[in-house]
Amino acid sequence: MIGIGHYVTVSSILFVLGVLGIFLNRKNVIIILMAIELILLAVNINLVAFSSYLHDLTGQIFAMFVLTVAAGEAAVGLAILVIYFRDRGTIAVDDVHNLKG
Amino acid sequence: MSWTHSLTLVAPEELLSVTGLVLLLASAWSRGQRDARAITWLSVLALAIAAIIVVPALCGGLRGDAANAFDGLYSGDSFAAFAKLLVYAAAGASLLIAPVFFEKARSMRPEYPVLVLFAVAGMGMMVSATNLLTLYVGLELNSLAAYVLAAFLRNDQRSAEAGLKYFVLGALASGILLFGMSLTYGFAGTTSFAGIAAALTGDISTGALFGLVFMLAGLAFKISAAPFHMWTPDVYEGAPTPVTMFFASAPKVAALALTMRIAIVPFGAQTVAWQQIVIVVSLMSIIIGALGAIGQSNLKRLLAYSSINNVGFLLIGLAAATPAGVGAMLVYLAIYVAMTVGGFVALLMLKDVDGNQVEQIDQIAGLSRERKVLSLCFAMVMLSLAGIPPLFGFWGKFVVFQAAVAADLLPLAIIGIAASVIGAFYYLKVVKVMYFDEPAGVALGKSDWVHQALLLLAALIISPLGYLLTKWLSDLSSLAAGALFAGT
Repeated sequence: MIGIGHYVTVSSILFVLGVLGIFLNRKNVIIILMAIELILLAVNINLVAFSSYLHDLTGQIFAMFVLTVAAGEAAVGLAILVIYFRDRGTIAVDDVHNLKG
Repeated sequence: MSWTHSLTLVAPEELLSVTGLVLLLASAWSRGQRDARAITWLSVLALAIAAIIVVPALCGGLRGDAANAFDGLYSGDSFAAFAKLLVYAAAGASLLIAPVFFEKARSMRPEYPVLVLFAVAGMGMMVSATNLLTLYVGLELNSLAAYVLAAFLRNDQRSAEAGLKYFVLGALASGILLFGMSLTYGFAGTTSFAGIAAALTGDISTGALFGLVFMLAGLAFKISAAPFHMWTPDVYEGAPTPVTMFFASAPKVAALALTMRIAIVPFGAQTVAWQQIVIVVSLMSIIIGALGAIGQSNLKRLLAYSSINNVGFLLIGLAAATPAGVGAMLVYLAIYVAMTVGGFVALLMLKDVDGNQVEQIDQIAGLSRERKVLSLCFAMVMLSLAGIPPLFGFWGKFVVFQAAVAADLLPLAIIGIAASVIGAFYYLKVVKVMYFDEPAGVALGKSDWVHQALLLLAALIISPLGYLLTKWLSDLSSLAAGALFAGT
């Protein structure tokens, strides 16, 4: 029987993968955008699983909001990436170092 | 609670979002700099009207059920009103200083005031949120507009890079916060703050504790508290200066107010759990902010570390977890906004004869001999940020430490005061360079009258004359803090 614990475990693994994807990836900014999406989807799994477990609709409504905002966030992120590419001609993560730090 | 009552309570957000939408439409047909300026002035007007709308809620000490809108999704209490007034003031200042700066860069577009209005509407929702859902929507409305603002000078490599960095780390912070919210929802069974407070009493499960920790980590990102501060200097340096001023003031006020509400209302029964985290974060921010600033040669990076440092001092008030502590934090926030506006406007007024911005510390050497009033105001801001007594910045630190001592956090207060001595070093260095070094003769450009007026206003508030405001500020902040603690 698959219980709430399994869902939370899966979503936690996905969340950790997403965070690692942001910090360990040295290649491409697009991969960072995908990692951010992964984090948001991990949250959605959590919300829907808890919603079904608690017999409470709020979680599913919340998941809808997260999906909508994630779409907006991806649009803004890609737009900024396009500006960046136009100026620099590259989107490799290692080249993002004009500002020290 | 009736529908009309709810709509009246959210009036400031309605006004700002409707004005933002109308002006967005207007900006699609606008031509040239003059239209952009007109839209900027209209946005400032909208912010002023919104500020007038929230004043009665603040002075009347609105709280509890009377302030609840939409079945507890939103609260227009006096705590939210206090934070909103500060946000509107900071956003208004960053709109007023923008046209001169962007026109020089030939990129004054009417979208700038529109984006600021949307961000401010989002911040209003953040500080008023009494439900995780409202909180999330408000936070994202603010963040999405802010990412675009950071990359606003789209032909400037540094601005684009700042936008990219801010976007990646901001989205990560939202993700962490959201993960914490989903866990909190799962273990408390509800998303309303009052419901969470009722569900999480006594010993809480590990899952709920994880939710709390993730939420605090996400918020620490947003307020740029150490150890989640690493994006701040880069973004502050790369973003256009008016936008940097906006980031250092308005979203920080909103995110700190949100942190206060989350710590006090839904997790009010778990003070022991979050108090240690807040103490550690606050000490780390104070120390990292002070040490990091020492080696900086760019004034914007220096002010970024200074804001990390100040967030640490602000969090001491939250660590006290008392109404007095929250009230002290609000007083400090008000003074902090005045100091930040003063600091960045002064920075914006440093121009060479061709009108290009001057940002390096060695370029302002001997400024006191060329620009007397400007260097006096800048020195006052620096000394006030350091908390040197006759200036008003001292009062903010004083009330926060007083609250910490009253809450038996004497060691925290002592370490904080000791670390503020380290901070004084780099503030004094700027003053020393301006007053005692050989003139570099770089920052000789003329300033705009709006900048001069704003700088004088900010300097007046942080001067010893600011102490005339103390009674008034402490009355209002204790009303606001009382509203926050009303339900607990």
